[in-house]
Amino acid sequence: MPVLDFGDALNLALREEMRRDRRVYCIGEDIVLGVPFGVTKGLAEEFGPARVRNAPISEAAIVGSAMGAAITGLVPVVDMHFADFVTCAMDEVANQIAKSRYMFGGQISCPLTLRMPYGIGKSAGGHHSNSVEAWFVNIPGLKVCIPSTPADARGLLKTAIRDPDPVLIFEHRGLYRVTGEVPEAETLVPLGLADVKRPGTDVTVIATARMVGESLAAADRLAGEGISVEVVDPRSLVPLDREGLAASVRKTHRVVIAEEGPMRGSVGAWLAWVIMEACFDDLDAPIVRVAGPNIPIPFSPPLEAFATPGAADVVDAVRRVVK
Amino acid sequence: MYATMLRIRRAEERARELYAAGRIPGFIHLSIGQEAVAAGVCAPLRRDDYLFSTHRGHGHLIAKGGSLRGFMAELYGKATGCCKGKGGSMHLADASVGYLGANGVLTSGCVLAPGVGQSIQMRGTDQVAVTVFGDGAANRGPFHEGVNLAALWKVPVVFVCENNFWASTTAHDLSTAGGSIAARAAGYGIPGATVDGNDALAVYHAMESAVARARAGEGPSLIEARTVRFMGHFEGDPQGYRSRGEVEGGRQRDPIVRLRAHLEEAKLLDAAHAARVAAAVEAEVQDAVDFAESSPLPAPEDALQDLFVHYPWSD
Ligand SMILES: Cc1ncc(C[n+]2csc(CCOP(=O)(O)OP(=O)(O)O)c2C)c(N)n1
Repeated sequence: MPVLDFGDALNLALREEMRRDRRVYCIGEDIVLGVPFGVTKGLAEEFGPARVRNAPISEAAIVGSAMGAAITGLVPVVDMHFADFVTCAMDEVANQIAKSRYMFGGQISCPLTLRMPYGIGKSAGGHHSNSVEAWFVNIPGLKVCIPSTPADARGLLKTAIRDPDPVLIFEHRGLYRVTGEVPEAETLVPLGLADVKRPGTDVTVIATARMVGESLAAADRLAGEGISVEVVDPRSLVPLDREGLAASVRKTHRVVIAEEGPMRGSVGAWLAWVIMEACFDDLDAPIVRVAGPNIPIPFSPPLEAFATPGAADVVDAVRRVVK
Repeated sequence: MYATMLRIRRAEERARELYAAGRIPGFIHLSIGQEAVAAGVCAPLRRDDYLFSTHRGHGHLIAKGGSLRGFMAELYGKATGCCKGKGGSMHLADASVGYLGANGVLTSGCVLAPGVGQSIQMRGTDQVAVTVFGDGAANRGPFHEGVNLAALWKVPVVFVCENNFWASTTAHDLSTAGGSIAARAAGYGIPGATVDGNDALAVYHAMESAVARARAGEGPSLIEARTVRFMGHFEGDPQGYRSRGEVEGGRQRDPIVRLRAHLEEAKLLDAAHAARVAAAVEAEVQDAVDFAESSPLPAPEDALQDLFVHYPWSD
């Protein structure tokens, strides 16, 4: 299998979908040159400026116009530049896009994909570094996926583009240059299907995005202590593969949930409840969570490092649940 | 203004070297070439006037009188920085001189400034609030909402568009309908002026009358200062989107060279005086760098400080 990095895998998905379907177009700030993460690089040469649209700095108009196009026959893929800036188009996302099908009794379809580069790293400071996926899991009417590998990134983005509903794809910017095998053949990853990234028997670590890699590293370390860790990646948060997560928990009876976003009001809190409801009698220990602190992401390297959960935190958490 | 511009230029040139040497983390957006806007905008302001700035806000902070030491230490992420290492280059603030913050979210200042204007009005002082933003930023909704509100309320606000004709990789003409940002003022019934942003005196004069109008209770104004960004959008930007010629042509309009020629012609500056100013600026900048270098990094747990006023009984 060819090896690609996460960003190039997303680029491949866009290219494949734009070739397949002439209705698909990309829109965002600086996407012709693919600034800042290179995901849309080279698309303008192949598909022209009408289908790779550099927009002014006008987030509300970018997202709003994409909805207008989506409900009248096009298939937009919006690049949010940095997920933090989605706040500048929050009405469009939360009130217009999310509610369009439901509020009008199913008459309107809004097949729109929102690419959300997000996450901590490189001292980008409080306006460019936050993990905001929990905001959107809380909005009924949006599907939310969060890949951790290049193959999943490509497969989920393709599925998102073909989905008749609005889908947000959270792309951790710390993963863009991470490489992995990507199937030669066009492969779709269905929404709502978790993936076991590493099988194990003593404890289930449910992790998303960057924390999947951190959890795999933690699992390596814990294997040395004789603890067998199963790492499960939900891949999409809405819809959520409850059965897939529960199956793992029924095998291991212990759970750690690892995410980067702030602890309070987070996706992990929701997942903990899902597990508790589905497998309360199977649990041999309380669920332990790893998450970021409840602060905006600070700039200075030691402060940022403090705010970044990593493999060591997962190791500690696993030790606590197996004790 | 000449010393201010030199201070900004030298501080940013040093920041550029230090960034390249790995002493400064994160990203930096330099305003080299745009110093006349910062100096001209801030010269008519008092220390107790307020300023909101942008991601390219080093010059505005320095021109407003912010501490060079606090500035440089903040770029380094040190505990002694003006934001204790929490903000960094894109989120600088120095409230002691009314510099209420640079912003990583473009255009936000346009809606914050009318509220400052309201506070000034209700407190009955004669202060002024200024917000500086790029031409790209002027295409976001908050620009229109902020100008409308300020005009409606007749609050003492000056909106300054620092137009360097680029928004990251996107050229002004490909992103901005109508060509002129100053002309948008007419739609809201306030004065709009276009000035040569590489001419410090022109910026100063436009700003002086906008500030006078604001202090007199006559309401907001919009100034569009047309300038040139000499460097990339951020340090490390390969600038594939613009020609070498354009950058070099822009350098012919160096605002510092221009102001110096003007001052020499008017016999307000001679070579000896200029050398004294340069040496003083050099010493100040060196002092700031030394201060930043020798300051401690924040303790990791300091990440939890400053979120709220501390309640001992809760998290
Ligand atoms: C709301 C928002 N959208 C997008 C960005 C990303 N971004 C940062 S700077 C920039 C270009 C800004 O151009 P302009 O306003 O003209 O200022 P200049 O950089 O030219 O000084 C963009 C798109 C951002 N920081 N905030």
